[in-house]
Amino acid sequence: MTLTREQCFEQLLLGKAVKSEGWLEQIRLEALEHAEAMNFPSARHDDWRFTDLSPLFLHGFHPVDSFARLTLSDIEKFLIPGAIRLVFIDGCYAAELSDLTQAGSGITVASLVECFGGGCSRDGRSGDHLVEENFGRHAPYKQDAFVALNTNFFEDGAWVSVASELAEPIHLLHVATRREVPSAIYPRCMVVMESSSRATVVEDYVGLDDGIYFSNAVTEVVLKEHAQLQHVRVQREEKNAFHVGHCSVESGRDSVYSAISVALGARLSRHTLHVTQQGEGAEMHLDGLALIAGRQIADTHTRIDHAVPRGKSVQLHKCIADGSAHAIFSGKIMVHAGAVGTDSVQSSRNLLLSDKARIDTQPQLEIFNDDVSCKHGATVGQIDADALFFLKSRGFSEERARNLLTHAFAAEIIDKIPVPSLVESLGRAILERISGACT
Amino acid sequence: MINKGSKVLLEVKNLKAEVAGVAGVAGAEILKGVDLTVRAGEVHAIMGINGSGKSTFSKVLAGHPDYTVTGGKATFEGKDLFSLAPEQRARAGIFLAFQYPVEIPGVSNSALLRLAYNTLQTERGLEELDPLEFDDLVQEKIKVVEMDPSFLGRSVNEGFSGGEKKRNEILQMAVLEPKLAILDETDSGLDIDALRIVAKGVKSLLSSDNAVVMVTHYQRLLNYIVPDYVHVMDGGRIVRTGGKELALELEARGYDWLRAAA
Repeated sequence: MTLTREQCFEQLLLGKAVKSEGWLEQIRLEALEHAEAMNFPSARHDDWRFTDLSPLFLHGFHPVDSFARLTLSDIEKFLIPGAIRLVFIDGCYAAELSDLTQAGSGITVASLVECFGGGCSRDGRSGDHLVEENFGRHAPYKQDAFVALNTNFFEDGAWVSVASELAEPIHLLHVATRREVPSAIYPRCMVVMESSSRATVVEDYVGLDDGIYFSNAVTEVVLKEHAQLQHVRVQREEKNAFHVGHCSVESGRDSVYSAISVALGARLSRHTLHVTQQGEGAEMHLDGLALIAGRQIADTHTRIDHAVPRGKSVQLHKCIADGSAHAIFSGKIMVHAGAVGTDSVQSSRNLLLSDKARIDTQPQLEIFNDDVSCKHGATVGQIDADALFFLKSRGFSEERARNLLTHAFAAEIIDKIPVPSLVESLGRAILERISGACT
Repeated sequence: MINKGSKVLLEVKNLKAEVAGVAGVAGAEILKGVDLTVRAGEVHAIMGINGSGKSTFSKVLAGHPDYTVTGGKATFEGKDLFSLAPEQRARAGIFLAFQYPVEIPGVSNSALLRLAYNTLQTERGLEELDPLEFDDLVQEKIKVVEMDPSFLGRSVNEGFSGGEKKRNEILQMAVLEPKLAILDETDSGLDIDALRIVAKGVKSLLSSDNAVVMVTHYQRLLNYIVPDYVHVMDGGRIVRTGGKELALELEARGYDWLRAAA
């Protein structure tokens, strides 16, 4: 079946209506209204000009009407020992697979549906009130068709609010299953870091059994003053899946936001990360890695808005493309007129492993005041011939030397993830991927 | 130490090589007929001015892809050297210490050493060492080059000073225990203390079973590691071979008298 762009989008609009109450219903209806006036972006859209969405239109995606039952053993290989865990299966909360035993005082980790019902109060404040204050206020459902679809159709999602310092990581595991017809699923996350809180949150998108599905995810993150968040995002969807994710972040005064985004899976994926510096002195670290092969397409778009003084942003994004894969990076840093004393460094480094692979990279700086220190740069290269010969002269075979160098290129990003078991499992996945691509 | 009865490790006869040509254009010939025989237990020095071909010679022996062998032959322990890929030469026991050691961000020194060591162990039919066992071994070897153990956890040569990089090459040599080590200007860019440490390290690795070929511009390394043979290269050939006194003569008189004679 091949659909037109319009037909594919209309099919999504026929999704299952999810009923809510009050303010949330209002947001859902507004989002639907906007979605109905929109369509998938075409290559004429500036933010999508490198990304060919046409593989998506080969399928009509259907709403998920019944939820798969999984056991812990089905998802065992994805688990992070010791983590606080929320599991979602095809967008629906799976309480029996989740583990909240480590969540102590000052921490709320719950399903959004529970919170909408007022079921996750904290420190005398109604949970519903906190959610209402934040939910849907950051991701642009009026401008972005994917965000609009998610905001109307999301079934459930993760609510994380942290008011203390938390050592254990919070693992938000979104599992997509194989279904009889291609399915559309809408993962949703909201993270609120209260003043001076600290936590590590891992958003993890995985698939089972080689399913074909369209995962359209939206995440909103708020950091209040002096909060520190390590925000890991792993996209390891099934190889025939489609993944579009949007994350909006607002960082408050003297907060530190560190994002590490890794894209390994999916036939076609797009991740948009938009960080707005709301408070003076906020620090933002954005690290990203896309490692793809075969016919995969992975697109990462980031934007950092320095809106107020003394902001600092450091970004390193890497793409590794093998086979006839196509990786795209576009990173825009906007330094607004009032954002004096901004310190920003952006770097895009890329590795092409085959003649047919393609990488488009577009680092962009737009500066509207003079009192700043900003640098950016991009490189695209192949495996370094000197390093390759050096390793061979130490006894490594050509293949092993290439794998080691490719792995090392990726490791610079992976090793920043503050969760050792995840570093290890991603390292293994990358090695398998690299050596698989060689054969 | 010269022992005419000891085993021949490397035998090079009339070796010619050029820079690998690009797109059908022939490269320039750099080696124009080199002869060299190295026996177990020997220390050789190859000296010469810049552009004489001495660095090219060491790279050709290790199998560097930038050069094409156009004539002559070389055997290593009787095997045709040029039929072996660079990694096969390494596994056979040839080691090149690089003039400009390569930085490899993301690969730790200890991982590199362990993976390389285990590759050779497998080649020799011996058991691989796990990271803990290997750590014991490498802690011993690191003393040879007086290196701080913290260097093991760092990415290969990344952020190392010139001297630290050269010491790191010798550490690799110490771990891999080659039969033939070719040191390509290992002394260049070293201050006097680093030179002493590197030389002491190399010296401690010498035995009657292995051999070293030192490619160098200056005589000063030879004060620490006394060569059995000194060869002078010029214009892509070895134009003079002598004992250690030849190096002293070069130091005193320069290279011009030899070039004129050639």
